[in-house]
Amino acid sequence: MGALGEGLQRLRSFFTKPQRDSELDAEVAEHLELAVEENIRQGMSAEEARRQALISFGGVVQAKEQQREARGLPWLDVLLQDLRFTFRTLGRDRGFTVIAVVILGLGIGANITVFSVVNTLLLRPLPLRNPQELVRILSKDPTGGESSMTYSADATEEFQRLNRSFESVSGYYAFSGPDNLKLMGNGQPMPVTGLMVGGNFFHTLGVEPALGRVFTAEECLHNSRPVVLLSHAFWKRQYGGDRSIVGQAIDVNATPVTVIGVLPESFDFGSIFSPGYKVDMYGPVIYDDIRDEGNAMALVGRLKPGVSLAQAQAEADLLFPTLHFSVKHPEYGGGYTGALFGLKDYVTGKLRRSLIVLWCAVGLILLIVCVNLSNLLLARGAARSKEFAMRTALGATRGRLLRQLLTESLILSFAGALFGLGIAFALTIYLAHQGSIALPLLSSVQIDAASLAWTLLVAMAAAVLFGLVPGLRISSGNLQESLKDSGHGASDGKKHDGLRSALIISEIALACVLLVGAGLLLRSFLRILDVDLGFEPSRAASISLDYNDGGNPAKRSVFWQEVLRQVEAIPGVETAGLTDNLPMSRNRSWGISVKGKTYRKKELEATFVYVVSPGYLNAIGMHLVKGRDIRWDDTDKKVGVVIINETIARRLWPGEDPIGRIASVAGMDARVIGVVADVRESSVEGKPGWQMYLSGASPQFGPEGAQLVVRTKLPPQTLAPIVMSTIRQINPGQPATEFRPVQGLVDHVVSPRRFFVILVGVFAGLGLILASLGIYGVISYSVTQRTQEIGIRMALGASQGRVQLAVIGKTLLLALIGIATGTVTSLAIANLIASLLFGTEATDRATFLSMTLLLLIVALLAGYIPARRASRINPMIALRNN
Amino acid sequence: MTESKLDLLQGTLDLMVLQTLVTMGSMHGYGIARRIEQVSGDEILLNQGTIYASLVRLQQRGWIAAEWGTSDNNRKAKYYSITRSGRKQLAEDAAHWQRLSRVMGRVLAMPAEGKL
Repeated sequence: MGALGEGLQRLRSFFTKPQRDSELDAEVAEHLELAVEENIRQGMSAEEARRQALISFGGVVQAKEQQREARGLPWLDVLLQDLRFTFRTLGRDRGFTVIAVVILGLGIGANITVFSVVNTLLLRPLPLRNPQELVRILSKDPTGGESSMTYSADATEEFQRLNRSFESVSGYYAFSGPDNLKLMGNGQPMPVTGLMVGGNFFHTLGVEPALGRVFTAEECLHNSRPVVLLSHAFWKRQYGGDRSIVGQAIDVNATPVTVIGVLPESFDFGSIFSPGYKVDMYGPVIYDDIRDEGNAMALVGRLKPGVSLAQAQAEADLLFPTLHFSVKHPEYGGGYTGALFGLKDYVTGKLRRSLIVLWCAVGLILLIVCVNLSNLLLARGAARSKEFAMRTALGATRGRLLRQLLTESLILSFAGALFGLGIAFALTIYLAHQGSIALPLLSSVQIDAASLAWTLLVAMAAAVLFGLVPGLRISSGNLQESLKDSGHGASDGKKHDGLRSALIISEIALACVLLVGAGLLLRSFLRILDVDLGFEPSRAASISLDYNDGGNPAKRSVFWQEVLRQVEAIPGVETAGLTDNLPMSRNRSWGISVKGKTYRKKELEATFVYVVSPGYLNAIGMHLVKGRDIRWDDTDKKVGVVIINETIARRLWPGEDPIGRIASVAGMDARVIGVVADVRESSVEGKPGWQMYLSGASPQFGPEGAQLVVRTKLPPQTLAPIVMSTIRQINPGQPATEFRPVQGLVDHVVSPRRFFVILVGVFAGLGLILASLGIYGVISYSVTQRTQEIGIRMALGASQGRVQLAVIGKTLLLALIGIATGTVTSLAIANLIASLLFGTEATDRATFLSMTLLLLIVALLAGYIPARRASRINPMIALRNN
Repeated sequence: MTESKLDLLQGTLDLMVLQTLVTMGSMHGYGIARRIEQVSGDEILLNQGTIYASLVRLQQRGWIAAEWGTSDNNRKAKYYSITRSGRKQLAEDAAHWQRLSRVMGRVLAMPAEGKL
C-alpha cells in the first residue's frame, strides 16, 4: 500500500471519527486495566497500582491526540475547528461582520469591475483570429479627419497588388453614417445602417459567417447582383433569428438585395472600429463605383506570418508615396503616407494610460479598505485580548493563534469577495449595455474566468494584507501584559495606539492621493464642458432626411426649401436648417486655397467641408463673424459661394478682409461670402482645423445626404412625431429615423472622459468615506478606552471644552500628518496623469487646496462625534463603573 | 526519571513494534509496550501511550492488521498481527538500521590521531 492508500485511510478515519474515537477509548481503558492487574499481581495496593499504570502510560489525553493525528487529517481538523470557531465569533459580532463584509465588498467589487474593463480593453487580444497579425493603416498626418486617414479605390488596389508584407489587405468605406439605408418590409420604411466593406474584409479579419457565406469576387464587380451579410444582432432583432432568411431577397433602398449570410455574434464592427456605431448589414465595396469619390477606404491588413510590423512599415514607407490617387489622372499625384499600427494598439492604445490610472485608483481603494479592516481587527483584537491570553495559557502556540486569525481574515475576505462579485456582476452588465459611451469593446465586458481568478487573487491578497499585521500583533501579545492591560482602570497600551495611528495616517494619505487625482480629472472635465464649441448643441436636434433628387441641384433646392418652410411652421420650432455632416460626427475634407496662388507643400491643410442650406448656421447655433449667410439664390453656375472659418481666414488672407475674395475650392471657384467662428469639429479637446461651408442649393457642390437640424425651446422628443409626419407629407418614403438631440453628439465625444471621471470620482468618494470611518473608529475606540481617565480628569476639574479639544486635537494631528504625506505623494505622482488633464496643471493649486481642505473637514467631523461623546462623560458614572 | 534512559528516534518505535509482532505473533497494545520495555532492559524512555499512534500508523500503511478479540481475563481487547507487507517492510528497515549502526559504530571508533 503506497502513500495514496495511506491517504485514503486517513480520509476514511477523518469521516469515521466518532467510531474511531470510541474504539481508541476502549483500547486505552483495556490497556490501563491490564497494567493495573499486573501491578496488583506484583503486590501493589489498588490505588498505587493505578497510579503506576498511569505514570507508565504517560499523558492519556496526549496519547489519544497523537493517535488521532497519526490516523486522520490533522490540518483539516484544525481548519474545520477554525472555521467553526470563526463562524461562531463572527456570528456573535454581527455588526462588525456586516461592516467588514460591506467595506470589503465595495473595495473588491470595484476592483473586479475595473479589472474586467481593463482585461477586455487592454489585456485580452481582440476577438478575431490571430489578432496580433492585424494592422490598421493610416496616414501619417491625420489632420483632415477621415479623408486624410483613408485611401482612394485606385490606391487601395495598387497597394493590395504591390505589397509583399501582407497576406491580405482590405478595408471599409469610411463615409457612410448611421441609418443610411431604407429597408422596406411590411409597412413603413425602416432606417438601417449599412456598411460597405472590401470583398475580402471578413477573410482578412478572420471572421467566418455564422450562416451562409461571405462575398465572392464577382459580387464586388460593377453591376453585379447586390448582396448583403447581416449582423447577428440585426438578424435576431429583425428576422427573429430565422435561418431561412439566407438566400432570400430583401428590399433595401427600393432594390432587391439577396441576403447571403449572417455574421457571428462575436463580431461587432462598431466596438472595434467605431465605438457606438451599430452596423446592421454589410455590402461589398465595388471599387469601380467609388473610383471618382477620392479617399474613401479605411484600410486594415493581415501581415504574413513572420513579417514584423517594422518590416511592413519599412515597405509601406517606400510603397505609399508611389501610389496613385487616380490611375486615370496620374497628374493628381497621390501624396500618400502609411503609418502602420497593430489593430489592438489602434483600438485601445489611446486609452492605455486612462485605464492604468483607473486600475491604480481601485488599487488605492483596496489598500484603504485593507487599512480600515486592519484597524477594525486591531480594535476587535484588543477587545478579545483576554480570550487570546486564555488560549495561550492553555497551550496554544503563536502559530496556532496566527493561523486562526488568518482564517478569520480569509473568511471575511471571501465573504466580501462574494458580495463584491455581485456588485461587479451588476456593474459589468450595466457597462456592457452603455452604447452611448464611446469606448471600444465595452459591450463585451463581462465577468469571465480571468475576472474570477483575479477575484480570488485579490481576496487572498486582501486577507493577508489586512489580517497579517493585526494577527502578528495580537498573537505576539505578552501574556502578562495583556492580562494586566485588560484589567480595570488601565489605559490601553501605547503600542496598540501607535500602530492604529500609523494605519490611520496612511489611510488619510491614500485617500488624499485619490482625492487630488480625482479632483484634477474633474477639473479637467469641467474645463472641457466649458469649452466654446463654436455651436450651441443644447436645444437643437437633428434627423436624417431621405430624398431622391437624382443629382439635380435645382430639384434638391426645391425639396430642401419645402421641408424647411413646413418644419419652421411647426409651433415650437424656432429655426431649421440642413447640412450633410454634423459637427462631431462623420466628416470629410477637401482643399481650399486662394485662387491663382501657388502654395508650398504643407502650407495648405485638409479642410473639413460641410454642404449646408441657408439657415443652417443659425439652426446649429454657429456665430457668423463677418459677411452673410448662404441664400437660396446663390446659384451662379460659374462662381459658387463659400463660408470659411476664422482659422482659414487667418491663414489664407492674413490681415485682409476675405469677404468677396475668390477661393479655389476642390478645383472650382467660390466667392467667400462669410466668416464663422471656429467649430470643434471632431473633438472638444483638439484644436479646430480648417472648415468651410458650401451651399447645397448651388450647382457646384453636392451634399452627402442631409441632416435636418431644428432649434427649439421644447424637448426634442415632444416634437419628434410632428416633425416626422411633416416630413412624410412631403416625402412618404422617409424612413423612421430617430430625432436626436445634437447634445448627444457632444456627449458621445466626451463620454470616455466622463466615464473615467465618474469612476475615479466615485472611488475618491469611497476613499473619503472609508478614511472618515477609519478615523471615527480609532478616535471613538480610544475615547471608550479612556472613559475612566477622562472621568478622572473631569472630576479633577477639566471642562467639557478642554476634553473635546484634546480629542479633536488628536484627530487634527493624525489628519494633518496624513494630508501632508498624501500631498507630497500626490505632487510626486501627479505628473503621471498630466497627459490626461485638459487645461489643468498637474500641480493645480486650487485643486490641491480644495481637496485637502475637504479631507481635513471630513476628518475633523469624524473626530468631532467621539469628542462630543467624550465631553458628555459623567465623571460619577465613569468612576463608579470602575 | 533517570537520565540514562534513551529518547526514541523518529521511526524507531514503528520498527520495534513490527519486530515484536514478528517474534510474539498476535498481541494487544499493552502487551507490545511491555514487551518492548522488557527487551530493552528498561533502557528506553517510553510512554506506553505513544504506542497507539505508532499502531494506527502501521495499520493504515497496511503493515499490521488489527481485530477485536478476548483477553486472558475475558475482556474485549484489540489484537495486532503483522501482515506480509509488514514483514517485507521490517526486513528492509532492519537491514537499514543494522547498516546505519555499523557505520555509526565505525565512525565513533575512529582513532583519535586521525584528527585534522
